[in-house]
Amino acid sequence: MSEHIAPKRLYFFVFGSLLVLTLLTWRIAYIDLGPWNTVVALAIAVLKAGLVATFFMHLRWSGSMMRIIVCAAIFWLAIMITLTLGDILTRNVVSPSQGWQAPAAVVQTTAPSIQQH
Amino acid sequence: MHNSNSVVAEQFDDRIQQHEASNLGMWIFLATEIMFFGGLFTGYTIYRNLYTSGFETASHLLNAKLGAFNTAVLICSSLTMALAVHAAQTGKRKKLIAYLLSTMSLGLVFIYIKFILEWHHDYLEGLAPGLHFTYAGPHARHVELFFCFYFVMTGVHALHMIVGEGVLAVLLVMAWRGRFSTEKYNPIEMMGLYWHFVDIVWIFLFPLLYLLGARF
Amino acid sequence: MSSAEAELPIESRVHYLNADYGIKSWLLTTDHKRIGLMYLVSITFFFCFGGVAATLMRLNLLEPQGLLVEPETYNKLFSMHGIIMVFFFLIPSIPAVLGNFLIPMMIGARDVAFPRLNLLSWYVFMTGGLLTLYAVIAGGVDTGWTFYTPLSTQYSNTHVMAAAAGIFIAGFSSILTGMNFVVTIHKMRAPGLSWFRLPLFIWAMYATSIIFILGTPVIAISLVLIALERWFHVGIFDPALGGDPILFQHMFWFYSHPAVYVMILPSMGVVSELITTFSRKKIFGYHFIAFSSIAIAAIGFLVWGHHMFVSGQSIYAGLVFSALSFAVAIPSAVKVFNWTATLYKGSISYDAPMLYALGFIGLFTIGGLTGLYLSTLAIDQHVHATYFVVAHFHYIMVGGAVMGYLGGIHYWWPKISGRMYPDGWARVAAIIIFVGFNLTFFPQFILGYLGMPRRYAVYPAEYHTLNVVSTAGASILGLGYVIPLIYLIWSMRYGREAGPNPWHATGLEWTTASPPPPHNFEETPVVTEEPYSYDRLAEEIQVA
Repeated sequence: MSEHIAPKRLYFFVFGSLLVLTLLTWRIAYIDLGPWNTVVALAIAVLKAGLVATFFMHLRWSGSMMRIIVCAAIFWLAIMITLTLGDILTRNVVSPSQGWQAPAAVVQTTAPSIQQH
Repeated sequence: MHNSNSVVAEQFDDRIQQHEASNLGMWIFLATEIMFFGGLFTGYTIYRNLYTSGFETASHLLNAKLGAFNTAVLICSSLTMALAVHAAQTGKRKKLIAYLLSTMSLGLVFIYIKFILEWHHDYLEGLAPGLHFTYAGPHARHVELFFCFYFVMTGVHALHMIVGEGVLAVLLVMAWRGRFSTEKYNPIEMMGLYWHFVDIVWIFLFPLLYLLGARF
Repeated sequence: MSSAEAELPIESRVHYLNADYGIKSWLLTTDHKRIGLMYLVSITFFFCFGGVAATLMRLNLLEPQGLLVEPETYNKLFSMHGIIMVFFFLIPSIPAVLGNFLIPMMIGARDVAFPRLNLLSWYVFMTGGLLTLYAVIAGGVDTGWTFYTPLSTQYSNTHVMAAAAGIFIAGFSSILTGMNFVVTIHKMRAPGLSWFRLPLFIWAMYATSIIFILGTPVIAISLVLIALERWFHVGIFDPALGGDPILFQHMFWFYSHPAVYVMILPSMGVVSELITTFSRKKIFGYHFIAFSSIAIAAIGFLVWGHHMFVSGQSIYAGLVFSALSFAVAIPSAVKVFNWTATLYKGSISYDAPMLYALGFIGLFTIGGLTGLYLSTLAIDQHVHATYFVVAHFHYIMVGGAVMGYLGGIHYWWPKISGRMYPDGWARVAAIIIFVGFNLTFFPQFILGYLGMPRRYAVYPAEYHTLNVVSTAGASILGLGYVIPLIYLIWSMRYGREAGPNPWHATGLEWTTASPPPPHNFEETPVVTEEPYSYDRLAEEIQVA
């Protein structure tokens, strides 16, 4: 792997793009796109992060191992979010926001009794 | 045992192996940071899905303009950090010092805005869960939950920035003493990776915390 | 190093133990071998505390009304037993002791990639451990090692913060170790040592390191959130704000399930080494074993919800996690098949390390199979939170991981210390441990099936006999652990000098002197052959 020295021009170009994208994401929040607001905001964030990682962090010129590490971490985070969200979204009991309520009848237990001391 | 003047540490065979090892090590550390912040993002995603209206109401109570400005500040600091690495790679000591100082200053601006203009303001407004929370508008409970996430996520991020400032200070002193050269600039490059990562976390925090819900 | 020089008596050579003297040379060392020994002392120290807690628990359970302690105290005992054994003994054991000592040697390197970070990780570990011990001395913690909310965040009045902080800090030790190992294995292999020539211990450690890196940060943030909720009432898991206590369980188990693979994978790596050496035979299915380690690490991240079947988690999530849990058993079974196939027609010798390895295979199989029962939703409904679960994980953690650890310690002891331990005593101790272990934990499968809940200080009279058997077994097990402690320390001074390769094993670590010189090898070795080439002629392997 060569210790690549990127041209400063490239850094300034990326910097400019990042500022433009920041302005864009801020202003778009004031336009009604319905559910697409979130999608666009996240897409812009991913693009900005990609620019920083690829050029400022030199991923463009690093070995494939670094890219694998980044992809692995993102993938593992996706696992955590997906499976957890999968649980939350498929519960069809009383949602936590409505508060816990005591059950109507107390369940009769058939377990052997514990001796008190 | 350790000759701190030699370019290659004794467990390595050559400079290339040392550089590749450091790079790999730093990226692995950043992977752990992705998972660390990831836990917070997971919780945030869950509750955002469950309590969308509450979270949108809460997001409006944040100052999006200030957040956007802070985003720009961090992006500037990423530029100066990248330029610092460039200066180190090309052996330009004075520029290295200047860019490290700029990065530190911009970081301090960010921290000032975050703690004084935003956190302190939120506390006075009665939006600090556990300390002073008096909001009684719609979805009050979920707004409080949102602010729990807001303070924890921006707090953990700010903590990473403060640690970063500390390391930058150490590197600044080392640069001042002429410890870096075209042959030996690894710590600057590794610090660059860390700083850019902290920037990336904020790039996601900004839209997720500040830009939710209708502002039109 | 020439063979002649390696044969010299220990005192007349320079090696890593005598190269430098004084407490500073140990506390400021960057030698991976010395750091491995420092970890050995540390985890043995913590094991004693965890063992004392277990002793008090088993003594208490001699009587149905509880013989020794109040339930509140019992809660603290099982919590401390779990916390100390999991975080301060099992998780670091093989990686920090044997991994640190052996990985550079097995790959022909002078040290790990980041020796100073290695030393730092030991200090971080000790800081976390001492903080947790402070929590014990100050009065303990009663939430269980699982820290479930809202008990841990709102209702417990024990030292949750100190214990959580201790574990949080110790987690960084794991992260640093994992980082070090991955970079070392990637970047510092000797010439000719391609990935598929690596010893299987290295594959196992690599897989373990992946778990350290991707999993540990999640428990770190979970503990931070517990601390924030407890201290600042920042209630992310608080139902009063709409928070979900089960979210904590998701985040906790996302790490803590892969953590159990951290505890077993290195042991499996050790067993692979022991089986080949003591059957004098090339391992069967090298690629399968190597890839199964990676598969266990990867699939192990997908199954955490099987700890939460009865927690209130959605039934659909339960189905998914149950199916995935069945899948993760497959690579483990692959290993057991391959080890057995290696034994077949091998020339087997029953040295102490081999006794531990064989014990591992049997006990791990039982533990693993009972894991499948627990992954079955319908069965888990009945045995969740009973002694069935306790027996299951002790079969794997103690019958598996600890026996693998002891086997590894005995196997590499000549390399570490330069001396042999007394073989007779070692075999006797291995058998005592095996018998004591089964007496302790097999009755617990029955107790759990019959309905005895775990974490209870008292129990109904009909469970009395089995509890007494279990406690009797525990006393035998304890005796079994004390014996190696004595003779291993004895051997450091009085043991027979071992020479470079007392087992006539393959592997780079056996080509250098015992104890090794400070930089492991005088010249970087060049690797030209496949691993475990026992089919080669005897004279190609160094003779003691």
